[in-house]
Amino acid sequence: MTEASSGGTIVVTLNGDERDVPAGLTVSGLLAHLGLHERLVVVELNREILRRDRYAEAPVNAGDTIELVQFVGGG
Amino acid sequence: MTVAEMLEKIDEPLELAGRKFRSRLILGTGKYKDNETMVRAIEASGTEIITVAVRRVDLDRTKEEGILYHLDPDKWALLPNTAGCYNADDAVRYAGLGRAAGFGDWIKLEVIGDQETLLPDVEGLLEAAGTLVANGFKVLAYTNEDLITALKLEQAGVAAVMPLASPIGSGLGLLNPFNVRLIKSRVSVPVIVDAGVGTASDACVTMEQGVDGILMNTAVAAAKDPVRMALAMRYATESGRLAYLAGRMPKREQATPSSPTAGMLD
Repeated sequence: MTEASSGGTIVVTLNGDERDVPAGLTVSGLLAHLGLHERLVVVELNREILRRDRYAEAPVNAGDTIELVQFVGGG
Repeated sequence: MTVAEMLEKIDEPLELAGRKFRSRLILGTGKYKDNETMVRAIEASGTEIITVAVRRVDLDRTKEEGILYHLDPDKWALLPNTAGCYNADDAVRYAGLGRAAGFGDWIKLEVIGDQETLLPDVEGLLEAAGTLVANGFKVLAYTNEDLITALKLEQAGVAAVMPLASPIGSGLGLLNPFNVRLIKSRVSVPVIVDAGVGTASDACVTMEQGVDGILMNTAVAAAKDPVRMALAMRYATESGRLAYLAGRMPKREQATPSSPTAGMLD
């Protein structure tokens, strides 16, 4: 999409939209890249819930489908 | 002595999903005009349990809507819901995401059957309840005010049945007190009336039926002054509970004097 795509980005589906993210990130790295607090976000990686203690090791691969959810107001 | 102190002496705590609570009022966190009002209303209500929904993070950050930025999970027990789910699979998925947040293994299970009325899909509800119980969840099941469904939910192993007073967000109050009493008389798990309360008298009448608690959101959030309404709901819930425990006088179609009939002047 941008010139960075030749310099190490991959495309993932993030909360329903295709996005370029830096290649070689772990899930922790992805959350940091997006400016999200690990403690406040639950991650679903390719339809499987990822335990929080695995964020630091789980790699983000091209073509992954990732859902990042949080608690919002509700009844 | 405050009402809360008196209640502590004359009522049992609410036992829900293996935990004990003093307040019998559960409050939703949706639809407040701002987060500060929400927090003040929650504080005024005296609730110990607040419900939350699970939604995608807004990656474009049009607004910071994550509830945990505003609510201390050490102060209130967070009860995630499956609101917005229209089938068992989605509800199970949302429940898993809610549990993964790390605030407990309970879930307020909603499986909705119709967008207009938001009435429960009983078939999907029972299916999801069975799956979630098997997966170790403590399921608090939002349901119709229908005895047979309540009995089936209990048989499926839910931690509480939560019949509606009237449709979600309608504010119509308790439409079928007979059915709610019937459910309470027949199931042994806690009965929490969930949805439909509009104002304090609705909460009071609901608690007078003998149910274990009440869950509401819109009645407080959509009041002109949510903080005052939250306080009103707190007193109404406690009033109704106390009136139930006290046992009301029988109704009579004739007057009976409260003052002595003897000793009147000639």
